Amino acid sequence: MADADRPWLVPLPPAARFVLQGGAAARAAAAVVWGVDLSDQPCRAIVHEGRATLWLGPDEHLLIDRGGDDEALARALEQTLSAVPHSLVDVGHRQLGFEVRGPRSALILAGGCPLDLHPTRFPVGMCTRTVFAKAEIVLWRTADDVFHVEVWRSFAGYLTELMSEIDSLLPRMAD
Amino acid sequence: MLLIPCPHCGPRPELEFSYGGEAHIARPRQPAELDDAAWANFLYTRRNTKGAHAERWRHARGCGRFFNVLRDTTSDKILTSYPVGAPRPDPRAADSAAPESAR
Repeated sequence: MADADRPWLVPLPPAARFVLQGGAAARAAAAVVWGVDLSDQPCRAIVHEGRATLWLGPDEHLLIDRGGDDEALARALEQTLSAVPHSLVDVGHRQLGFEVRGPRSALILAGGCPLDLHPTRFPVGMCTRTVFAKAEIVLWRTADDVFHVEVWRSFAGYLTELMSEIDSLLPRMAD
Repeated sequence: MLLIPCPHCGPRPELEFSYGGEAHIARPRQPAELDDAAWANFLYTRRNTKGAHAERWRHARGCGRFFNVLRDTTSDKILTSYPVGAPRPDPRAADSAAPESAR
């Protein structure tokens, strides 16, 4: 199958998602339960065995567990965080995950996202909250030509239709 | 599009930011003790600077943080950015002392 025929927009399976806000003590406590460190470095994601932590702000992280039990995870996190100042919000029902894959992925995203997506400026492992046209997204490069996109579910139709439109308007690359 | 140097995320497109007006305007500690003219002055009077202007920006669709920017209002050139609470940098020094992320 030629690259051009491969599906490039792939919905991801349901996941448990939390937004954790808190200082170094909250990050350290959450990392024990989550099993993945929470990055101090701006715009970096850390991933380990299906669980990921994404830096969103200086004291704000997005925690994603593919296929995780959100209620059990919430209880475990709340328990370990009870002694430190923090805010933990379950956002699993608010947003959906997509993957944009393939050699045209950065080009398609550039149709709506104003960031420089060149691998030297947006390397693998970089993540950030940003915009895609009118929708706010979280963009995370998980491989050279794979981007994980998190979007509020009410924007999902808008986002995927617009991406398809951009894809159809782009000239085909020579393989 | 302007590239605005967020102190946390580095240079980012203007689309991700929201403007917060002139910086370094302290809210009066006891607003009830002010007369109407002084309160109106706090609310509405601004310098309207021509040249280097200290202003607040929020990286609303990024890290969500407020920070200050020194921008030349005649050329739209951003001279530097600095954290909230830090003193206003000298515009002449700011040009060469832009934060690492802004270069």
